[in-house]
Amino acid sequence: MNVLFRYANPHEFMRLSGAVLPFIAISTALCFAIGLYLGFSVPPDYQQGTTVTLMFIHVPADVVAELAYGAIAVCSLLSLVWRHPLADIAARAAAPLGALFTALAIITGALWGKPMWGTYWVWDARLTSFLLLLFLYLGYMALWNAMEDETRAARACSILALIGLADIPIIKFSVDWWNTLHQGESIMSGKIATVYLAPLLIMMLGYALLFLTLWMVRIRTAVLERRARTLMREAAS
Amino acid sequence: MKLAARSGGSAALALSFFALVATLVPLGVGADLQLLARMASGVLWVAAVLAALLSLDRLFQGDFEDGSLDMIALAPLPLELTALAKIAAHWLSTGLPLTLLSPLLALLFNLPGAASAILLVSLLIGTPAVSAIGAIGASLTLSLKRGGLILPLIILPLLSPAVIFGAGAVSGVLDGTPANGALGLLAAFAVAAVLLSPFAAAASVRLNLSS
Repeated sequence: MNVLFRYANPHEFMRLSGAVLPFIAISTALCFAIGLYLGFSVPPDYQQGTTVTLMFIHVPADVVAELAYGAIAVCSLLSLVWRHPLADIAARAAAPLGALFTALAIITGALWGKPMWGTYWVWDARLTSFLLLLFLYLGYMALWNAMEDETRAARACSILALIGLADIPIIKFSVDWWNTLHQGESIMSGKIATVYLAPLLIMMLGYALLFLTLWMVRIRTAVLERRARTLMREAAS
Repeated sequence: MKLAARSGGSAALALSFFALVATLVPLGVGADLQLLARMASGVLWVAAVLAALLSLDRLFQGDFEDGSLDMIALAPLPLELTALAKIAAHWLSTGLPLTLLSPLLALLFNLPGAASAILLVSLLIGTPAVSAIGAIGASLTLSLKRGGLILPLIILPLLSPAVIFGAGAVSGVLDGTPANGALGLLAAFAVAAVLLSPFAAAASVRLNLSS
């Protein structure tokens, strides 16, 4: 916990993240380069043909979209329990990214669905729960933007994020119960050939690093913005 | 708390809204009775949730504006209990009347008697969850001038399980499967919502009061 708090200090965070950021950005680019190269050179799947390449763009977006909500929830908990301003900033910075990755997952999923299922959109369980996840992100962002007082907004949004966290499994379960058409999960069950697995894992790492990079940049921007505002207020008074 | 029910006493409004939405749908999709019977449970569930939303933004707002919410928060009664009472009042003034009106509307939608009974039961079980989760949304958006606009965006995704299980129970009956499973899941969701939401609502009322 102590280590966490040391780096939760905005000054420490700015120093550390500034040093680490270039490396993360470069490894993101590397992962994308290798992953995309491998992804485009895989042999066509016997069922899906060349559209299998879309998997390397679609599945990692799914995973990161969900991870981002987890990141928001963890930050919200830190913010509620320890009232740490950096956790607020981090949670707020992650929300638009989460919404973006969710939208990306939905769009690439729709593009994949057209050749596979013959239609862009089916009311299938996972598509629907991702649509609901997108709305959760939008509601969360709307609440942030609507409240003027920042500390108050941070606490309200933390509560909302934690309620969402409790509700998401129920939503997923209910939507699954409602309808299932999407292919089952196939990574853990070992039903995927190594030639597809390698690029998939590299792309997942790439997406996760991309999220981390963008998230850090957004947090840094928010911290600097806050500092600028304080300076301006001091100059004005 | 009776006062709370009366001052937010938009039961008639919510009922009219409920009935109106249910009337507009056949106008939109046509008068095919077969089709309407299939759609009835979904349409009526969605209409009920929307009708319950109408009065939600007033749940805490009136007391907040005239300052009595500060008094209530200072009172010896824990705020959680007050929130629970508010939820109960909201349910009694919207959820319950909507539930009681539903068989009549189901009749207009050509829903068979057995399915209509299940719809009644599912609304009876599910609408408390709507009030409970709605109360969280209402307390979060308490200090916003236009909270009524954000409220639906926040709570409708959270409420989707209620709609799925509630309407699913009725469609199940139409397809000849027993509704127990769906109703059980709906009940579990409602119980969890009613038990947990007073804490969340009380916490968010507190943060909106402290400044």
